[in-house]
Amino acid sequence: MIDNNISAMCKPAPGEAGKTGDWRDMRPVIDHTKCTPYVKNKPACFLCWLYCPEGVIRDTIPVEIDLDYCKGCGICAEECPMGAIAMVAEGKQDG
Amino acid sequence: MDNVQILTGNQAAALGAKLCQVQVVSAYPITPQTSLTEVLSHYIEGGELQAEYVRVESEHSAMTVCIAASTAGARVFTSTSSHGLLYMHEQLHWAAGSRLPIVMCCINRGVGAPWSIFNDQQDSIAQRDTGWIQIYCRDNQEIIDTVIQAYRIAEAVYVPVMVCYDGFVLSHTTMPVRIPDERDVRAFLPSYQPHTILNSQEPRNINPVIFPWRRMDAEGCLRDGYMELRYKLQKALEEAKPVIGKACSDYTAIFGRVHEGLFWRYRLDDADALLIGMGSLATEATMAVDRLREQGVKAGVLGVRLYRPFPREEIKNCIGQRKALLIFEKDISYGYEGALCSDVKAALYGSEVKAPVHNFICGLGGRDVKAEELADAVKTSLKMIGAGNLKQQTIWLNCRTEKSNDGQSF
Repeated sequence: MIDNNISAMCKPAPGEAGKTGDWRDMRPVIDHTKCTPYVKNKPACFLCWLYCPEGVIRDTIPVEIDLDYCKGCGICAEECPMGAIAMVAEGKQDG
Repeated sequence: MDNVQILTGNQAAALGAKLCQVQVVSAYPITPQTSLTEVLSHYIEGGELQAEYVRVESEHSAMTVCIAASTAGARVFTSTSSHGLLYMHEQLHWAAGSRLPIVMCCINRGVGAPWSIFNDQQDSIAQRDTGWIQIYCRDNQEIIDTVIQAYRIAEAVYVPVMVCYDGFVLSHTTMPVRIPDERDVRAFLPSYQPHTILNSQEPRNINPVIFPWRRMDAEGCLRDGYMELRYKLQKALEEAKPVIGKACSDYTAIFGRVHEGLFWRYRLDDADALLIGMGSLATEATMAVDRLREQGVKAGVLGVRLYRPFPREEIKNCIGQRKALLIFEKDISYGYEGALCSDVKAALYGSEVKAPVHNFICGLGGRDVKAEELADAVKTSLKMIGAGNLKQQTIWLNCRTEKSNDGQSF
């Protein structure tokens, strides 16, 4: 009988490496009144979605960030041409 | 009728791998291993062995190819020496941690700086803690037989096996070797059953980032943490000892040759002075023992074959109430003593054994070790012990600096 746990392995699935959002100490907060897709109600811009290295931003209207897995790197805030994303320290009030 | 051929150690190892019908070979040439992989590439290119020979740019890649091929379910073989083995170091841990039954020959060679192509065992001893089983061979017959046994052991316990033998002394020296029959090898060695079957319908992440603690995977199945997996590797090595013993006795039943599983004994039964060593150095010690016996010294050899897992209990019991332990080795754990010496002494801790220990560092970088030199060293040691000097000595045999061995002549 071979031990199923003889070496480390898992099936590819969200969360197989844990909820990596808890690594974060800065949280992205979107001001939708400045965000192009929301303001124009058109699928446009989405640079945050394009640049996010974790793939946790959805190109929807409004744009959504999955905070379960966002590590808080701040690239989305850096790249947003409208300045619609602010990085807020965890534990503090939004904006 | 027996099929006896005159073979070098490297030719014997290559033929052993061929008889095991290895499916993937990946290796990078390095002295003194090169002629082994040349023979294997010849077998494969000539169609004598149905296998894939994967050429690589380094030993690190060679072991990586072996890991990938073994994971995909192939029986794999590689070999290296010295700096090549050190370059593989990271992947040695990876192979053992992945529990892959890879078999590799390490053709023992000294390590630079300064450059040396000649034999000692510093290279494989330096890989002691990578989680591989290590077996040291004393002659070319044992090399071919051990390669075949190594697959049986590795594939039973899912731990990679390093078959170590001395560069040039064995790798390039010809001896008569009895060639096992191919059908007998098939009877001895069942086909490889990988512990994980890779399947594109059921993709898996292998060796993902693992956290210190155990936790549920995304499907709610409790997965081991790092420590649990490491503990299992340690258990697998400890529990390999009876598997190795059984592989040796089954081998004897089919092929008739005896290579005692964990260590071998030479003129040991009534011996007071025990010469302990590994590989061809221990073979040399048997000739020293013959000389000593002629001169009335009751000496014998304990030749350590299995270095990891270390046969602690068995060696302790074999040492019993002997009067002197003379441990000869071609390696040094800098700042302390020979690695084998430390291990033997640790096996005796807390037991009734009180025999004085003399540790001989010898043959580093290919310095010749003659049987009469071993015999003379034993006599000098026994004289010191007889004169009541029971303190442990670490002696550099045949080392000619002005200050070596505290002025004592060895």
